[in-house]
Amino acid sequence: MINLAQNLIDALSLGSLYALVALGIGLLFSILRLINLAHGDFITVGAFALIVPSMEVTAQLAIGALNPVLLIPSIALIVVIVALMTDWAVFRPLRRAPQPSMMIASFAVSYIIQNGLIMIYGARPKNVNLWPALTGQLSIGPLRIATLQIVTIVVTLVLMAGLALFLKRTSYGIQMRAAAEDFRMARYLGVRGNLVIGMAFGISGALASAVSLLFLSQTGSLETGLGVPLALFGLVAVVIGGMGSLVGAVVGGFLVGFIVTLLQAYLPPDLRSFRDAFAFTFVIAILLWRPAGLIRAKAFDQRV
Amino acid sequence: MLQVENLHVSYGGIAAVRGLSLTVAAGEVVAIIGPNGAGKSTTLAAIAGGVSPREGTITYGGMGITGRRPEDIARMGVSLVPEGRHVFATLTVEENLAIGTYMLGHRSKTSADVAAVLERFPRLQERRHFPAGRLSGGEQQMLVIARAMLTQPKLMLVDEPSLGLAPLIIDQVYDILLDLRRRQGLSLLIVEQSTSRILKHADRIYVVRSGAVQLVDRAQALKDGEAIKRAYFGFEEVRA
Repeated sequence: MINLAQNLIDALSLGSLYALVALGIGLLFSILRLINLAHGDFITVGAFALIVPSMEVTAQLAIGALNPVLLIPSIALIVVIVALMTDWAVFRPLRRAPQPSMMIASFAVSYIIQNGLIMIYGARPKNVNLWPALTGQLSIGPLRIATLQIVTIVVTLVLMAGLALFLKRTSYGIQMRAAAEDFRMARYLGVRGNLVIGMAFGISGALASAVSLLFLSQTGSLETGLGVPLALFGLVAVVIGGMGSLVGAVVGGFLVGFIVTLLQAYLPPDLRSFRDAFAFTFVIAILLWRPAGLIRAKAFDQRV
Repeated sequence: MLQVENLHVSYGGIAAVRGLSLTVAAGEVVAIIGPNGAGKSTTLAAIAGGVSPREGTITYGGMGITGRRPEDIARMGVSLVPEGRHVFATLTVEENLAIGTYMLGHRSKTSADVAAVLERFPRLQERRHFPAGRLSGGEQQMLVIARAMLTQPKLMLVDEPSLGLAPLIIDQVYDILLDLRRRQGLSLLIVEQSTSRILKHADRIYVVRSGAVQLVDRAQALKDGEAIKRAYFGFEEVRA
Protein backbone atom coordinates (compact mmCIF):
# COMPACT_ATOMS: atom_id res chain seq x y z
CA MET A 1 0.00 0.00 0.00
CA ILE A 2 2.77 2.40 0.99
CA ASN A 3 4.67 1.22 -2.04
CA LEU A 4 1.75 1.98 -4.31
CA ALA A 5 1.33 5.49 -2.85
CA GLN A 6 5.05 6.08 -3.29
CA ASN A 7 4.89 4.99 -6.91
CA LEU A 8 1.87 7.17 -7.58
CA ILE A 9 3.71 10.24 -6.32
CA ASP A 10 6.70 9.35 -8.47
CA ALA A 11 4.34 9.02 -11.43
CA LEU A 12 2.63 12.34 -10.69
CA SER A 13 5.92 14.15 -10.45
CA LEU A 14 7.35 12.67 -13.64
CA GLY A 15 4.00 13.17 -15.36
CA SER A 16 4.05 16.83 -14.32
CA LEU A 17 7.34 17.37 -16.10
CA TYR A 18 6.10 15.63 -19.23
CA ALA A 19 2.86 17.60 -19.08
CA LEU A 20 4.80 20.89 -19.00
CA VAL A 21 6.90 19.79 -21.97
CA ALA A 22 3.79 18.62 -23.83
CA LEU A 23 2.02 21.93 -23.17
CA GLY A 24 4.94 23.85 -24.65
CA ILE A 25 4.94 21.69 -27.77
CA GLY A 26 1.15 21.50 -27.99
CA LEU A 27 0.62 25.25 -27.69
CA LEU A 28 2.88 25.98 -30.65
CA PHE A 29 1.28 23.21 -32.62
CA SER A 30 -2.22 24.48 -31.96
CA ILE A 31 -1.41 27.97 -33.24
CA LEU A 32 1.20 27.39 -35.92
CA ARG A 33 0.71 23.68 -36.79
CA LEU A 34 4.43 23.42 -36.10
CA ILE A 35 5.86 20.28 -34.56
CA ASN A 36 8.74 21.97 -32.80
CA LEU A 37 11.54 19.42 -32.47
CA ALA A 38 13.73 22.15 -30.94
CA HIS A 39 11.58 22.42 -27.81
CA GLY A 40 13.93 20.14 -25.89
CA ASP A 41 16.81 22.39 -26.77
CA PHE A 42 14.98 25.41 -25.38
CA ILE A 43 14.96 23.40 -22.12
CA THR A 44 18.70 22.72 -22.47
CA VAL A 45 19.44 26.41 -23.05
CA GLY A 46 17.60 27.29 -19.84
CA ALA A 47 19.75 24.84 -17.88
CA PHE A 48 23.07 26.00 -19.37
CA ALA A 49 22.17 29.65 -18.82
CA LEU A 50 22.69 29.02 -15.09
CA ILE A 51 26.46 28.69 -15.33
CA VAL A 52 29.40 30.75 -16.50
CA PRO A 53 30.07 30.09 -20.21
CA SER A 54 33.37 28.19 -20.35
CA MET A 55 34.89 24.92 -21.52
CA GLU A 56 35.93 24.04 -17.95
CA VAL A 57 34.62 20.71 -16.66
CA THR A 58 33.71 22.14 -13.29
CA ALA A 59 30.69 24.33 -13.66
CA GLN A 60 30.64 27.71 -11.99
CA LEU A 61 27.24 29.05 -11.17
CA ALA A 62 26.48 32.55 -12.47
CA ILE A 63 22.76 33.21 -12.72
CA GLY A 64 22.39 29.91 -10.85
CA ALA A 65 23.93 31.51 -7.76
CA LEU A 66 21.29 34.23 -7.59
CA ASN A 67 18.36 34.36 -5.25
CA PRO A 68 15.44 32.36 -6.78
CA VAL A 69 13.42 35.58 -7.01
CA LEU A 70 15.96 36.84 -9.55
CA LEU A 71 17.09 33.48 -10.88
CA ILE A 72 13.72 32.22 -12.10
CA PRO A 73 12.72 35.33 -14.10
CA SER A 74 16.24 35.64 -15.56
CA ILE A 75 16.24 32.08 -16.87
CA ALA A 76 12.67 32.45 -18.13
CA LEU A 77 13.61 35.65 -19.92
CA ILE A 78 16.64 34.06 -21.59
CA VAL A 79 14.67 31.08 -22.88
CA VAL A 80 11.79 33.29 -24.01
CA ILE A 81 14.25 35.44 -25.96
CA VAL A 82 15.79 32.36 -27.59
CA ALA A 83 12.30 31.15 -28.54
CA LEU A 84 11.28 34.54 -29.97
CA MET A 85 14.55 34.81 -31.90
CA THR A 86 13.97 31.35 -33.35
CA ASP A 87 10.54 32.49 -34.56
CA TRP A 88 11.91 35.70 -36.00
CA ALA A 89 14.96 34.21 -37.73
CA VAL A 90 13.61 30.83 -38.85
CA PHE A 91 9.86 30.42 -38.72
CA ARG A 92 8.67 33.89 -39.73
CA PRO A 93 10.30 33.57 -43.16
CA LEU A 94 8.63 30.14 -43.44
CA ARG A 95 5.08 31.26 -42.56
CA ARG A 96 3.65 30.06 -45.85
CA ALA A 97 5.82 26.97 -46.06
CA PRO A 98 4.18 23.54 -45.77
CA GLN A 99 4.14 21.78 -42.38
CA PRO A 100 6.93 19.27 -43.14
CA SER A 101 9.29 22.10 -44.13
CA MET A 102 8.68 23.84 -40.81
CA MET A 103 9.27 20.60 -38.91
CA ILE A 104 12.57 19.99 -40.71
CA ALA A 105 13.56 23.59 -39.98
CA SER A 106 12.91 22.99 -36.27
CA PHE A 107 15.11 19.89 -36.49
CA ALA A 108 17.84 22.11 -37.89
CA VAL A 109 17.33 24.63 -35.07
CA SER A 110 17.71 21.77 -32.60
CA TYR A 111 21.09 20.81 -34.03
CA ILE A 112 22.27 24.41 -34.25
CA ILE A 113 21.47 24.99 -30.57
CA GLN A 114 23.11 21.74 -29.46
CA ASN A 115 26.26 22.40 -31.43
CA GLY A 116 26.33 26.01 -30.37
CA LEU A 117 26.24 24.87 -26.74
CA ILE A 118 29.08 22.41 -27.39
CA MET A 119 31.17 25.23 -28.90
CA ILE A 120 30.65 27.43 -25.85
CA TYR A 121 30.52 24.95 -22.98
CA GLY A 122 32.31 21.88 -24.36
CA ALA A 123 30.79 18.45 -24.88
CA ARG A 124 31.53 16.89 -21.47
CA PRO A 125 28.70 16.72 -18.91
CA LYS A 126 29.05 18.99 -15.88
CA ASN A 127 27.68 18.61 -12.39
CA VAL A 128 25.48 21.39 -11.12
CA ASN A 129 24.02 21.49 -7.68
CA LEU A 130 21.03 23.74 -8.01
CA TRP A 131 18.91 24.41 -4.92
CA PRO A 132 20.34 21.70 -2.60
CA ALA A 133 17.67 22.66 -0.05
CA LEU A 134 15.10 20.90 -2.21
CA THR A 135 16.78 17.51 -2.04
CA GLY A 136 15.34 16.78 1.40
CA GLN A 137 12.42 14.52 2.17
CA LEU A 138 9.10 15.06 3.83
CA SER A 139 7.64 12.31 5.99
CA ILE A 140 3.90 11.91 6.06
CA GLY A 141 3.27 8.95 8.34
CA PRO A 142 5.24 6.07 6.87
CA LEU A 143 5.37 7.82 3.50
CA ARG A 144 8.58 9.61 2.53
CA ILE A 145 8.30 12.14 -0.28
CA ALA A 146 11.13 14.09 -1.87
CA THR A 147 10.54 17.82 -1.47
CA LEU A 148 11.48 18.28 -5.11
CA GLN A 149 8.62 16.04 -6.20
CA ILE A 150 6.12 18.13 -4.31
CA VAL A 151 7.64 21.30 -5.76
CA THR A 152 7.47 19.87 -9.27
CA ILE A 153 3.81 18.93 -8.92
CA VAL A 154 2.82 22.25 -7.33
CA VAL A 155 4.75 24.34 -9.87
CA THR A 156 3.12 22.40 -12.70
CA LEU A 157 -0.36 22.90 -11.29
CA VAL A 158 0.25 26.62 -10.78
CA LEU A 159 1.59 27.06 -14.32
CA MET A 160 -1.31 25.12 -15.82
CA ALA A 161 -3.84 27.16 -13.85
CA GLY A 162 -2.09 30.37 -14.90
CA LEU A 163 -2.12 29.35 -18.56
CA ALA A 164 -5.79 28.36 -18.35
CA LEU A 165 -6.68 31.70 -16.77
CA PHE A 166 -4.71 33.56 -19.41
CA LEU A 167 -6.44 31.71 -22.24
CA LYS A 168 -9.94 32.06 -20.78
CA ARG A 169 -9.93 35.49 -19.21
CA THR A 170 -7.63 37.84 -21.09
CA SER A 171 -8.19 39.40 -24.48
CA TYR A 172 -4.86 38.05 -25.72
CA GLY A 173 -5.77 34.57 -24.52
CA ILE A 174 -9.11 34.68 -26.30
CA GLN A 175 -7.36 35.86 -29.45
CA MET A 176 -4.94 32.94 -29.18
CA ARG A 177 -7.79 30.45 -28.83
CA ALA A 178 -9.54 31.99 -31.81
CA ALA A 179 -6.34 31.86 -33.85
CA ALA A 180 -5.77 28.23 -32.85
CA GLU A 181 -9.18 27.35 -34.21
CA ASP A 182 -9.27 29.40 -37.40
CA PHE A 183 -6.16 31.44 -37.97
CA ARG A 184 -7.29 33.12 -41.15
CA MET A 185 -10.69 34.14 -39.80
CA ALA A 186 -9.04 35.58 -36.71
CA ARG A 187 -6.85 37.76 -38.94
CA TYR A 188 -9.90 38.94 -40.90
CA LEU A 189 -11.15 40.21 -37.54
CA GLY A 190 -7.98 42.17 -36.94
CA VAL A 191 -6.08 39.68 -34.76
CA ARG A 192 -2.38 40.23 -35.48
CA GLY A 193 -0.97 36.96 -36.77
CA ASN A 194 2.66 37.57 -35.88
CA LEU A 195 1.76 38.80 -32.41
CA VAL A 196 -0.27 35.69 -31.59
CA ILE A 197 2.46 33.41 -32.91
CA GLY A 198 5.07 35.39 -30.98
CA MET A 199 3.05 34.95 -27.80
CA ALA A 200 2.83 31.22 -28.43
CA PHE A 201 6.61 31.04 -28.81
CA GLY A 202 7.07 33.17 -25.70
CA ILE A 203 4.79 31.04 -23.52
CA SER A 204 6.31 27.88 -24.91
CA GLY A 205 9.75 29.23 -23.97
CA ALA A 206 8.60 30.17 -20.46
CA LEU A 207 7.22 26.66 -19.91
CA ALA A 208 10.50 25.22 -21.20
CA SER A 209 12.46 27.30 -18.69
CA ALA A 210 10.39 25.90 -15.82
CA VAL A 211 11.24 22.40 -17.01
CA SER A 212 14.95 23.38 -17.23
CA LEU A 213 15.05 24.30 -13.55
CA LEU A 214 12.93 21.43 -12.23
CA PHE A 215 14.73 18.82 -14.28
CA LEU A 216 18.21 20.07 -13.49
CA SER A 217 17.42 20.18 -9.78
CA GLN A 218 16.48 16.52 -10.04
CA THR A 219 19.39 15.22 -12.10
CA GLY A 220 22.14 17.70 -11.27
CA SER A 221 23.84 16.84 -14.55
CA LEU A 222 24.26 19.37 -17.32
CA GLU A 223 24.73 18.05 -20.86
CA THR A 224 23.98 19.42 -24.29
CA GLY A 225 21.46 16.70 -25.11
CA LEU A 226 19.60 17.10 -21.81
CA GLY A 227 16.30 18.21 -23.28
CA VAL A 228 16.10 15.74 -26.16
CA PRO A 229 14.54 12.76 -24.35
CA LEU A 230 12.15 15.14 -22.54
CA ALA A 231 11.00 16.57 -25.86
CA LEU A 232 10.58 13.06 -27.25
CA PHE A 233 8.31 12.01 -24.39
CA GLY A 234 6.55 15.37 -24.56
CA LEU A 235 5.88 14.91 -28.25
CA VAL A 236 4.58 11.40 -27.62
CA ALA A 237 2.32 12.86 -24.94
CA VAL A 238 0.97 15.45 -27.37
CA VAL A 239 0.22 12.78 -29.96
CA ILE A 240 -1.55 10.34 -27.65
CA GLY A 241 -3.40 13.22 -25.98
CA GLY A 242 -4.72 14.42 -29.33
CA MET A 243 -2.81 16.91 -31.44
CA GLY A 244 -4.10 20.44 -31.13
CA SER A 245 -5.81 19.93 -27.77
CA LEU A 246 -4.06 21.47 -24.78
CA VAL A 247 -6.08 19.42 -22.30
CA GLY A 248 -5.04 16.41 -24.34
CA ALA A 249 -1.38 17.41 -24.03
CA VAL A 250 -1.66 17.56 -20.24
CA VAL A 251 -3.54 14.26 -20.03
CA GLY A 252 -1.00 12.69 -22.38
CA GLY A 253 1.89 14.01 -20.29
CA PHE A 254 0.57 12.52 -17.07
CA LEU A 255 -0.31 9.27 -18.80
CA VAL A 256 3.21 8.86 -20.18
CA GLY A 257 4.57 9.65 -16.71
CA PHE A 258 2.39 6.98 -15.15
CA ILE A 259 3.23 4.34 -17.76
CA VAL A 260 6.97 4.90 -17.41
CA THR A 261 6.98 5.01 -13.61
CA LEU A 262 4.76 1.99 -13.10
CA LEU A 263 6.75 -0.05 -15.60
CA GLN A 264 9.91 0.92 -13.75
CA ALA A 265 8.36 -0.21 -10.48
CA TYR A 266 6.60 -3.39 -11.50
CA LEU A 267 8.56 -4.87 -14.39
CA PRO A 268 10.68 -7.87 -13.41
CA PRO A 269 14.20 -6.55 -12.63
CA ASP A 270 15.88 -8.13 -15.64
CA LEU A 271 13.38 -6.47 -18.01
CA ARG A 272 13.68 -2.99 -16.48
CA SER A 273 16.41 -1.86 -18.82
CA PHE A 274 13.89 -2.33 -21.64
CA ARG A 275 11.39 -0.08 -19.87
CA ASP A 276 11.08 2.45 -22.68
CA ALA A 277 10.40 -0.25 -25.25
CA PHE A 278 7.49 -1.44 -23.09
CA ALA A 279 6.33 2.16 -22.63
CA PHE A 280 6.23 2.74 -26.35
CA THR A 281 4.34 -0.54 -26.82
CA PHE A 282 1.64 1.02 -24.64
CA VAL A 283 1.76 4.14 -26.76
CA ILE A 284 1.24 2.12 -29.93
CA ALA A 285 -1.66 0.27 -28.30
CA ILE A 286 -3.30 3.59 -27.33
CA LEU A 287 -2.89 4.91 -30.86
CA LEU A 288 -4.34 1.70 -32.36
CA TRP A 289 -7.32 2.15 -30.07
CA ARG A 290 -7.69 5.91 -30.72
CA PRO A 291 -5.65 6.99 -33.73
CA ALA A 292 -6.57 10.68 -33.29
CA GLY A 293 -5.50 10.68 -29.65
CA LEU A 294 -7.46 10.51 -26.43
CA ILE A 295 -9.05 13.96 -26.76
CA ARG A 296 -9.98 14.79 -30.29
CA ALA A 297 -9.30 18.39 -31.22
CA LYS A 298 -11.56 20.06 -33.76
CA ALA A 299 -10.42 18.91 -37.17
CA PHE A 300 -7.46 21.06 -38.04
CA ASP A 301 -6.63 22.18 -41.54
CA GLN A 302 -3.35 23.32 -42.83
CA ARG A 303 -2.87 26.88 -41.68
CA VAL A 304 -1.86 29.40 -44.33
CA MET B 1 -14.61 53.95 -51.68
CA LEU B 2 -13.33 50.69 -53.17
CA GLN B 3 -11.73 50.24 -56.57
CA VAL B 4 -10.51 46.93 -57.89
CA GLU B 5 -8.65 47.13 -61.17
CA ASN B 6 -7.54 44.34 -63.45
CA LEU B 7 -7.33 41.80 -60.61
CA HIS B 8 -5.57 38.50 -61.35
CA VAL B 9 -5.37 35.74 -58.73
CA SER B 10 -4.01 32.22 -59.24
CA TYR B 11 -3.87 29.18 -57.02
CA GLY B 12 -0.78 27.14 -57.88
CA GLY B 13 -0.76 28.17 -61.52
CA ILE B 14 -4.52 27.88 -62.04
CA ALA B 15 -6.11 31.27 -62.66
CA ALA B 16 -9.20 31.88 -60.50
CA VAL B 17 -9.62 35.57 -61.30
CA ARG B 18 -8.51 37.04 -64.62
CA GLY B 19 -8.64 40.77 -65.06
CA LEU B 20 -11.61 41.60 -62.86
CA SER B 21 -12.45 45.22 -62.15
CA LEU B 22 -15.17 46.66 -59.93
CA THR B 23 -16.02 49.66 -57.77
CA VAL B 24 -18.14 50.23 -54.69
CA ALA B 25 -19.20 53.77 -53.76
CA ALA B 26 -19.76 54.93 -50.18
CA GLY B 27 -23.12 53.71 -48.90
CA GLU B 28 -23.70 51.54 -51.95
CA VAL B 29 -24.92 47.93 -51.98
CA VAL B 30 -23.17 46.04 -54.75
CA ALA B 31 -23.70 42.39 -55.60
CA ILE B 32 -21.47 39.94 -57.41
CA ILE B 33 -23.37 37.02 -58.87
CA GLY B 34 -22.19 34.17 -61.03
CA PRO B 35 -21.90 30.40 -61.22
CA ASN B 36 -19.73 28.14 -59.05
CA GLY B 37 -16.02 28.63 -59.58
CA ALA B 38 -16.43 32.03 -61.21
CA GLY B 39 -13.90 33.61 -58.85
CA LYS B 40 -16.36 35.50 -56.65
CA SER B 41 -15.09 34.31 -53.28
CA THR B 42 -11.49 34.67 -54.42
CA THR B 43 -12.19 38.29 -55.31
CA LEU B 44 -13.53 39.00 -51.83
CA ALA B 45 -10.58 37.19 -50.23
CA ALA B 46 -8.15 39.24 -52.31
CA ILE B 47 -9.79 42.51 -51.23
CA ALA B 48 -9.60 41.43 -47.58
CA GLY B 49 -5.96 40.41 -47.90
CA GLY B 50 -6.49 36.66 -47.53
CA VAL B 51 -4.87 35.88 -50.88
CA SER B 52 -2.23 37.88 -52.74
CA PRO B 53 -3.09 39.00 -56.27
CA ARG B 54 -0.70 38.10 -59.07
CA GLU B 55 -1.55 41.34 -60.83
CA GLY B 56 -3.82 44.35 -60.45
CA THR B 57 -4.49 47.01 -57.86
CA ILE B 58 -6.97 47.35 -55.03
CA THR B 59 -7.63 50.82 -53.64
CA TYR B 60 -9.71 51.52 -50.55
CA GLY B 61 -10.48 55.03 -49.35
CA GLY B 62 -7.80 56.37 -51.68
CA MET B 63 -5.09 54.07 -50.34
CA GLY B 64 -3.51 51.13 -52.11
CA ILE B 65 -4.15 47.96 -50.11
CA THR B 66 -3.01 45.39 -52.67
CA GLY B 67 -1.23 42.50 -50.95
CA ARG B 68 -1.45 43.99 -47.45
CA ARG B 69 -2.02 41.80 -44.41
CA PRO B 70 -5.62 40.84 -43.61
CA GLU B 71 -5.37 42.24 -40.06
CA ASP B 72 -4.21 45.61 -41.41
CA ILE B 73 -7.04 45.77 -43.94
CA ALA B 74 -9.53 44.83 -41.22
CA ARG B 75 -8.17 47.65 -39.08
CA MET B 76 -8.78 50.09 -41.94
CA GLY B 77 -12.50 49.32 -41.80
CA VAL B 78 -13.02 46.44 -44.23
CA SER B 79 -14.72 43.39 -42.72
CA LEU B 80 -15.06 40.08 -44.53
CA VAL B 81 -17.80 37.63 -43.63
CA PRO B 82 -16.55 34.55 -45.47
CA GLU B 83 -18.67 31.78 -46.86
CA GLY B 84 -19.42 28.86 -44.58
CA ARG B 85 -20.00 30.63 -41.26
CA HIS B 86 -16.56 30.67 -39.71
CA VAL B 87 -17.52 30.83 -36.05
CA PHE B 88 -14.88 29.87 -33.47
CA ALA B 89 -16.75 26.75 -32.42
CA THR B 90 -15.16 26.17 -29.01
CA LEU B 91 -15.38 29.82 -27.98
CA THR B 92 -18.62 31.07 -26.45
CA VAL B 93 -20.92 33.39 -28.38
CA GLU B 94 -19.73 36.25 -26.18
CA GLU B 95 -16.05 35.46 -26.79
CA ASN B 96 -16.67 35.25 -30.53
CA LEU B 97 -18.17 38.72 -30.41
CA ALA B 98 -15.40 40.09 -28.20
CA ILE B 99 -12.79 39.13 -30.82
CA GLY B 100 -14.35 41.69 -33.14
CA THR B 101 -13.74 44.53 -30.68
CA TYR B 102 -10.12 43.92 -29.69
CA MET B 103 -8.56 45.61 -32.69
CA LEU B 104 -10.40 48.87 -31.92
CA GLY B 105 -8.17 49.43 -28.90
CA HIS B 106 -9.07 52.53 -26.92
CA ARG B 107 -12.09 53.27 -29.11
CA SER B 108 -13.80 50.15 -27.83
CA LYS B 109 -15.39 49.19 -24.55
CA THR B 110 -15.67 45.50 -25.24
CA SER B 111 -18.48 44.54 -22.91
CA ALA B 112 -20.61 47.62 -23.67
CA ASP B 113 -20.15 47.17 -27.42
CA VAL B 114 -21.00 43.48 -27.21
CA ALA B 115 -24.07 44.20 -25.10
CA ALA B 116 -25.31 46.79 -27.60
CA VAL B 117 -25.02 44.36 -30.51
CA LEU B 118 -26.56 41.49 -28.55
CA GLU B 119 -29.67 43.63 -28.03
CA ARG B 120 -30.32 43.42 -31.74
CA PHE B 121 -29.92 39.64 -31.78
CA PRO B 122 -32.20 38.20 -29.08
CA ARG B 123 -31.35 34.61 -29.99
CA LEU B 124 -27.66 35.26 -29.48
CA GLN B 125 -28.38 37.11 -26.26
CA GLU B 126 -30.08 34.00 -24.85
CA ARG B 127 -27.18 31.81 -25.86
CA ARG B 128 -24.28 34.09 -25.12
CA HIS B 129 -22.54 31.58 -22.83
CA PHE B 130 -22.93 28.66 -25.28
CA PRO B 131 -20.03 27.46 -27.40
CA ALA B 132 -20.68 28.87 -30.87
CA GLY B 133 -20.38 25.39 -32.38
CA ARG B 134 -23.67 24.44 -30.75
CA LEU B 135 -25.71 27.14 -32.49
CA SER B 136 -27.93 26.36 -35.48
CA GLY B 137 -26.85 27.40 -38.96
CA GLY B 138 -29.01 30.50 -38.93
CA GLU B 139 -27.77 31.54 -35.51
CA GLN B 140 -24.18 31.06 -36.63
CA GLN B 141 -24.79 33.27 -39.66
CA MET B 142 -26.24 35.93 -37.33
CA LEU B 143 -23.20 35.54 -35.09
CA VAL B 144 -20.65 36.11 -37.86
CA ILE B 145 -22.53 39.19 -39.04
CA ALA B 146 -22.82 40.54 -35.48
CA ARG B 147 -19.11 39.87 -34.98
CA ALA B 148 -18.25 41.72 -38.19
CA MET B 149 -20.46 44.63 -37.07
CA LEU B 150 -18.43 44.91 -33.88
CA THR B 151 -15.29 45.73 -35.85
CA GLN B 152 -17.16 48.92 -36.86
CA PRO B 153 -16.48 48.51 -40.58
CA LYS B 154 -17.14 51.04 -43.30
CA LEU B 155 -17.22 48.34 -45.95
CA MET B 156 -18.53 44.84 -45.33
CA LEU B 157 -17.75 42.00 -47.73
CA VAL B 158 -20.35 39.26 -47.37
CA ASP B 159 -19.87 35.90 -49.09
CA GLU B 160 -23.07 33.93 -49.77
CA PRO B 161 -25.02 34.98 -46.70
CA SER B 162 -28.00 32.85 -47.75
CA LEU B 163 -26.16 29.57 -48.35
CA GLY B 164 -27.90 26.69 -46.57
CA LEU B 165 -30.39 28.87 -44.69
CA ALA B 166 -34.19 28.76 -44.63
CA PRO B 167 -35.89 31.56 -46.62
CA LEU B 168 -37.26 33.18 -43.48
CA ILE B 169 -33.77 33.38 -41.96
CA ILE B 170 -32.34 34.74 -45.20
CA ASP B 171 -34.87 37.58 -45.04
CA GLN B 172 -33.75 38.36 -41.50
CA VAL B 173 -30.09 38.40 -42.55
CA TYR B 174 -30.82 40.85 -45.36
CA ASP B 175 -32.96 43.01 -43.09
CA ILE B 176 -30.03 43.37 -40.70
CA LEU B 177 -27.51 44.15 -43.45
CA LEU B 178 -29.73 46.74 -45.13
CA ASP B 179 -30.59 48.27 -41.79
CA LEU B 180 -26.86 48.76 -41.15
CA ARG B 181 -26.55 50.54 -44.46
CA ARG B 182 -29.49 52.82 -43.64
CA ARG B 183 -28.36 53.67 -40.14
CA GLN B 184 -24.58 53.80 -40.45
CA GLY B 185 -23.99 54.37 -44.14
CA LEU B 186 -22.22 51.01 -44.40
CA SER B 187 -21.16 49.95 -47.89
CA LEU B 188 -21.84 46.35 -48.81
CA LEU B 189 -20.27 44.06 -51.37
CA ILE B 190 -22.29 40.84 -51.40
CA VAL B 191 -21.57 37.63 -53.27
CA GLU B 192 -24.60 35.52 -54.12
CA GLN B 193 -25.41 32.56 -56.30
CA SER B 194 -29.17 33.04 -56.35
CA THR B 195 -30.17 36.11 -58.32
CA SER B 196 -33.81 36.81 -57.54
CA ARG B 197 -33.41 38.04 -53.97
CA ILE B 198 -30.32 40.12 -54.55
CA LEU B 199 -31.95 41.94 -57.48
CA LYS B 200 -34.39 43.42 -54.95
CA HIS B 201 -31.75 44.62 -52.50
CA ALA B 202 -28.67 45.68 -54.47
CA ASP B 203 -28.02 48.99 -56.17
CA ARG B 204 -25.72 47.54 -58.78
CA ILE B 205 -24.99 44.02 -59.98
CA TYR B 206 -21.83 42.51 -61.41
CA VAL B 207 -22.23 39.21 -63.22
CA VAL B 208 -18.94 37.31 -63.04
CA ARG B 209 -17.99 34.20 -64.96
CA SER B 210 -14.57 32.59 -65.61
CA GLY B 211 -12.85 35.11 -63.36
CA ALA B 212 -13.96 38.25 -65.17
CA VAL B 213 -16.91 40.63 -65.23
CA GLN B 214 -19.38 39.72 -67.97
CA LEU B 215 -22.00 42.33 -67.24
CA VAL B 216 -22.52 45.24 -64.90
CA ASP B 217 -25.63 47.36 -64.55
CA ARG B 218 -28.05 48.92 -62.12
CA ALA B 219 -30.17 46.26 -60.49
CA GLN B 220 -33.28 48.08 -61.76
CA ALA B 221 -32.19 47.66 -65.34
CA LEU B 222 -31.65 43.92 -64.93
CA LYS B 223 -35.06 43.12 -63.50
CA ASP B 224 -36.32 41.08 -66.47
CA GLY B 225 -33.46 38.60 -66.08
CA GLU B 226 -32.69 37.87 -69.74
CA ALA B 227 -29.41 39.79 -69.80
CA ILE B 228 -28.33 38.14 -66.55
CA LYS B 229 -29.08 34.70 -67.92
CA ARG B 230 -26.94 35.35 -70.97
CA ALA B 231 -24.04 36.69 -68.95
CA TYR B 232 -24.38 34.01 -66.28
CA PHE B 233 -24.40 31.01 -68.61
CA GLY B 234 -22.35 32.49 -71.40
CA PHE B 235 -24.60 31.52 -74.31
CA GLU B 236 -27.77 32.68 -75.97
CA GLU B 237 -30.88 30.70 -75.41
CA VAL B 238 -31.89 29.23 -78.76
CA ARG B 239 -35.56 29.65 -79.48
CA ALA B 240 -37.46 27.89 -82.15
